[in-house]
Amino acid sequence: MHLYNLTLQPPTAIIQAIVGNFSGIRQQEIIVSHGTRLELLRPDPQTGKIATIIATDAFGSIRSLAAFRLTGGTKDYAIVGSDSGRIVILDYDPKTSSFVKLHQETFGKSGARRIVPGQFLATDPKGRSVMIAAAEKAKLVYILNRDAAANLTISSPLEAHKNSAIIHHIIGVDVGFENPMYAALEVDYSEADQDPTGEVFNKTEKMLTYYELDLGLNHVVRKWSEPTDPRANMLVQVPGGQLASSERYDGPSGVLVCCEDHIIYRHIDVPQHRIPIPRRQNALEDPNRGVIITAAVMHKMKGAFFFLLQSEDGDLFKVTIEHEEEEVKSVKIKYFDTVPVASSLCILKSGFLFVASEFGNHYLYQFQKLGDDDNEPEFSSTSYPSFGMADPSSPLPRAYFKPRPLENLAIADEIESLDPIIDSKVLNILPNSDTPQIFTACGRGSRSTFRTLRHGLEVEESVSSELPGIPNAVWTIKTSEDEAHDSYIILSFVNGTLVLSIGETIEEVQDTGFLSSSPTIAVQQIGADALLQVHPHGIRHVSADKRVNEWRVPQGKTIVTATTNKRQVVVALSSAELVYFELDLDGQLNEYQERKAMGSTVLALSIGAVPEGRQRTPYLAVGCEDQTVRIISLDPDTTLETLSLQALTAPPSSICIADMLDASINKSQPTMFVNIGLQTGVLLRTVLDPINGQLTDTRTRFLGTRPIKLIRVTVHGNPAILALSSRSWINYTHQNLMHFTPLIYDNLDYAWSFSAELNPEGLIGIAGNVLRIFTIPKIGTKLKQDSIPLDYTPRKMITHPENHYFYMVEGDHRVYSEEAINKKLKELKSQGKKIDQEILDLPPTEFGRPKAPAGTWASNIRIIDPIEGKTVGVFPLDNNEAAFSIAVVPFSARGSELHLVVGTSQDTTVSPRTCTTGFLRTYKFLNDGAGLELMHKTETDDVPMALLAFQGKLLAGVGKSLRIYDIGKKKLLRKVENKMFTTGIITLATQGSRIIVGDMQESVQYVVYKSPENRLLTFADDAQPRWVTALTMVDYNTVIAGDRFGNVFVNRLDSKVSDQVDDDPTGAGILHEKSILMGAPHKTKMLAHFHVGDIITSFHKASLVAGGKEVIVYTGLHGTIGILLPFVSKEDVDFISTLEQHMRTEQPSVVGRDQLAWRGYYVPVKSVVDGDLCETYAQLPAAKQSAIANELDRTVGEVLKKLEQMRVTASGF
Amino acid sequence: MSSELRYTANTQLEHLHARYTGTGHADLSKYEWITHQHRDTLASILGHPTLASYLAIADGEAIGRVRFEMTERMLQPCGPPPRKEDD
Repeated sequence: MHLYNLTLQPPTAIIQAIVGNFSGIRQQEIIVSHGTRLELLRPDPQTGKIATIIATDAFGSIRSLAAFRLTGGTKDYAIVGSDSGRIVILDYDPKTSSFVKLHQETFGKSGARRIVPGQFLATDPKGRSVMIAAAEKAKLVYILNRDAAANLTISSPLEAHKNSAIIHHIIGVDVGFENPMYAALEVDYSEADQDPTGEVFNKTEKMLTYYELDLGLNHVVRKWSEPTDPRANMLVQVPGGQLASSERYDGPSGVLVCCEDHIIYRHIDVPQHRIPIPRRQNALEDPNRGVIITAAVMHKMKGAFFFLLQSEDGDLFKVTIEHEEEEVKSVKIKYFDTVPVASSLCILKSGFLFVASEFGNHYLYQFQKLGDDDNEPEFSSTSYPSFGMADPSSPLPRAYFKPRPLENLAIADEIESLDPIIDSKVLNILPNSDTPQIFTACGRGSRSTFRTLRHGLEVEESVSSELPGIPNAVWTIKTSEDEAHDSYIILSFVNGTLVLSIGETIEEVQDTGFLSSSPTIAVQQIGADALLQVHPHGIRHVSADKRVNEWRVPQGKTIVTATTNKRQVVVALSSAELVYFELDLDGQLNEYQERKAMGSTVLALSIGAVPEGRQRTPYLAVGCEDQTVRIISLDPDTTLETLSLQALTAPPSSICIADMLDASINKSQPTMFVNIGLQTGVLLRTVLDPINGQLTDTRTRFLGTRPIKLIRVTVHGNPAILALSSRSWINYTHQNLMHFTPLIYDNLDYAWSFSAELNPEGLIGIAGNVLRIFTIPKIGTKLKQDSIPLDYTPRKMITHPENHYFYMVEGDHRVYSEEAINKKLKELKSQGKKIDQEILDLPPTEFGRPKAPAGTWASNIRIIDPIEGKTVGVFPLDNNEAAFSIAVVPFSARGSELHLVVGTSQDTTVSPRTCTTGFLRTYKFLNDGAGLELMHKTETDDVPMALLAFQGKLLAGVGKSLRIYDIGKKKLLRKVENKMFTTGIITLATQGSRIIVGDMQESVQYVVYKSPENRLLTFADDAQPRWVTALTMVDYNTVIAGDRFGNVFVNRLDSKVSDQVDDDPTGAGILHEKSILMGAPHKTKMLAHFHVGDIITSFHKASLVAGGKEVIVYTGLHGTIGILLPFVSKEDVDFISTLEQHMRTEQPSVVGRDQLAWRGYYVPVKSVVDGDLCETYAQLPAAKQSAIANELDRTVGEVLKKLEQMRVTASGF
Repeated sequence: MSSELRYTANTQLEHLHARYTGTGHADLSKYEWITHQHRDTLASILGHPTLASYLAIADGEAIGRVRFEMTERMLQPCGPPPRKEDD
């Protein structure tokens, strides 16, 4: 077995974001790390929308990012710390639109290790050096400079190691142009490790240490080290240094040490200032719990600076420092606003705040004000004795604030993110869809969602109006070539033509010179300011002064089809003749003296647009009824000569020549594509050689069941092609590569581009008798998401065999349930405490829920209707119960009546995983599945983490035991049990009497149920320990599973063993077989192994295209959706794996990780080809492309075609 | 054993141990071994963003909090060392 791994949706979680002028222009950009992918985002300061410029797979894990700029420079570089054991400096090159690796310095082993740097990065604010640190001990400093040719240089590393020191955080201290300084928050464990009494451990101090890079001596020295708060977790840089011109200090320099519950300002030999982190005035707050800062950003403006610090609840605090020269007078903190908890915050100079959420969608906010003059209470270090440091070991009096909706910020844009995907299903439920949808349970806590993902581009409709009849075509047209927007809409009906003018309103006009008594075949704004209408009996050329020149078709003939551009007109007559017209310099339309007889009825014609600065386009494509397409020359020397011919499988219905950029074919210039739509719904795309008019590199694609119509339009400023069949598709260029994506919209009968003042880049279409004007807002995302909000983190969801509802269990740790809240509030009220209801009523989607002590749970069972997109019912659990598993079981003892069984547990603790009691709740379905009625609860001794219907009974993984339950009157009845599992059963699958058990740590085990003897017997397992997260059966003997470290593996049982086990009627044979390696008597064989880089949360065997073959679809925690498709032939395997080998050498990772080592992170990669790497072939320079293609004995086109075919036939993406 | 170690085993060993924290040796006690294991694991969780997210979701805490508590735990992940027998 060989598999091809392809990512359909790369991870959307943002691990870190940095801001800078990476293009070197004035506009600021954001580089985000998605863990395994780098993406450059450009927020538009005018519209406040974020656009993706490029995204690159790193084939490595990006652990830290930092932006830096050389002194006096105007361009920022990105430094990347990864698991490659290397430091990499990246430069964004706007010309090629790619990240260029400027430097790559190796310092250690690969892998995210304890003492190999890469975890933290800190840069000198003046861009002179960078420090890269590990989680323990190792810190390296590199000096950055420029050489004579102004190129960036990097020195050899200087060590600033400290043995047995755990590093919490490092930061560059702003010291102006003095020697670069770094601050580190460290704890030394060497003494605590030697002391059996534990006293030293309690006394171990957390040290704030300054490391100075002496540029003169080329050496790093420990400049200063002082103990600080033992619960400090983060450092924030405070501006400092003098301006050379004014001698004024930018700031006092030093650091803010963020600790639990307070923030301390520190610098060498100056008084400390301590301020509390304000807490929410919530009656439900846990007074024993501290608050820490998890994200921070400092912003410098002209002559001032401030900090925004975010607490773990999402509250932003504005911190300001009042200083005179270098002396700090006071440090102040006040509540600013509440936004989602961020992994990174970025402030842009144009007045935006980018919040990269740790889970869920990311946001761009616009600053409305800076919270300067409002009534928020401000807490200053001066209001406490000795600036809050009178007794550093005891906490400051608690400060409180009242959270409120956004006041200083306003949402400007939102980036959808699936992160985290906890569970998913692949099904085709929605009506009018021939491809399945992916339903995902996403998000964490109160921001969780249930999302329906459909492959296709989202369409935003702005106008939808009914017409008197059913038109068969629509066009828009300008009145002269220098107008910015369209003036008329022309609708062609069976017996006439309607012209509408576009203005304040859209209304019918009569005086355009167009013939209204006849249908229209084509319209065109021709020459400088003339209009052209082609109708079945002639061509009307309407000049600006409304004079009409009409060319009439000879008697007995009609025009069947036509194609036009600014200077050329070609019509095909019913007599299978082509008539060619060209505009002369006087603006007169002249017929070419000869007519070309085609010999077969012409069905479709197309010419491209006139190239810039030329008189004409030299090629005409003619599609004839005899199933051919001919390319005919329009060149003056060879006018109407046939140049090439392509045979088709069916008569063409539409042809469209378009010049579009596709970097895989030509990096610098648009390629001329001839798109041929057939009556069978198949689209052929061929490349037209601009020199000799030959057609090469044909690619085919099935679009739908109706004959295809092709229309050239403009989308986001670039030429694109709309292809209309039983679905509407669009072919467009995005990030220099060609894409072909369906539109999620009603079927259109015809469409055209539409441009008006309010809607400069729209499209107009007709669907039946409805005229629609719409736009395509985003072309980057190929999955349209529709979401339903959830209350708590989803845990599992299932479908029902008879209805289309989803049943989901959701639950959150450290959250009070509604029941617990009411009880607690009653208690507080009885104690006479005042309760601010306003704070309790704040929407949890924005503010989260108050944190409860560990062991507190809130949980729901939810019924979702995916078609209507709404929640049908919610059933909260009481008594601190939390649900972890769910199954629909047809109990045969009840005549196969379906029951819902939910596995819950009471007072669950996460680590170690225990509970007071587990329960199996059995529900009856009411109202066709829209309601539930609790029948009974069955107690269990551990948490039931996995449930499954099995032969008319319930199969349950309860802690370490696997059990089969049957239904009883008052309880479920335990029928059989196997307690031989090591850690905990977390997932189950079954076929026949075979059960596949996924253990939390001990991989996949094969169990058989022998009903005559009522035995559950483990007969095969894996030789390797695996921390399984998800699995599915590929066939009866084969299972695919994912583990917690981001691996995917396929295990197969020998078919002989399988038969032997199945033939054994009682299982006595298995029972008495000798165990191997202290496990089951048989071992499975690993067939394939691959490191995806994201924790797999679900697998599905599904076919993603109508009539396509089945593939494995997987989802990853960070929002990855990918597929694994089996190779069909040995030749394909050889071809693609040889290509992969070449790609490994030609396309080194941007973070310096070896791709082969990355894909074989824990176990060497086996029988899986990395499709993501192979697809970067399209981005290679042409010379490298052809070199690789030569090695493979193929042409570049063939390689690209093969890669596209792999993707399209498997996923349709 | 690398060639570096083979010829200069004793003289270099101590130096190498100091250089590569977490490397085991013949006289390693159970406590030292398990402490190294835990520290390595904690560092690995910090270093792999997906693992940190995974734990944060399970525990209902912010990723920042999970990272902080993990780093704190690196100080003494397995409690104080056992008393030496000759004490």
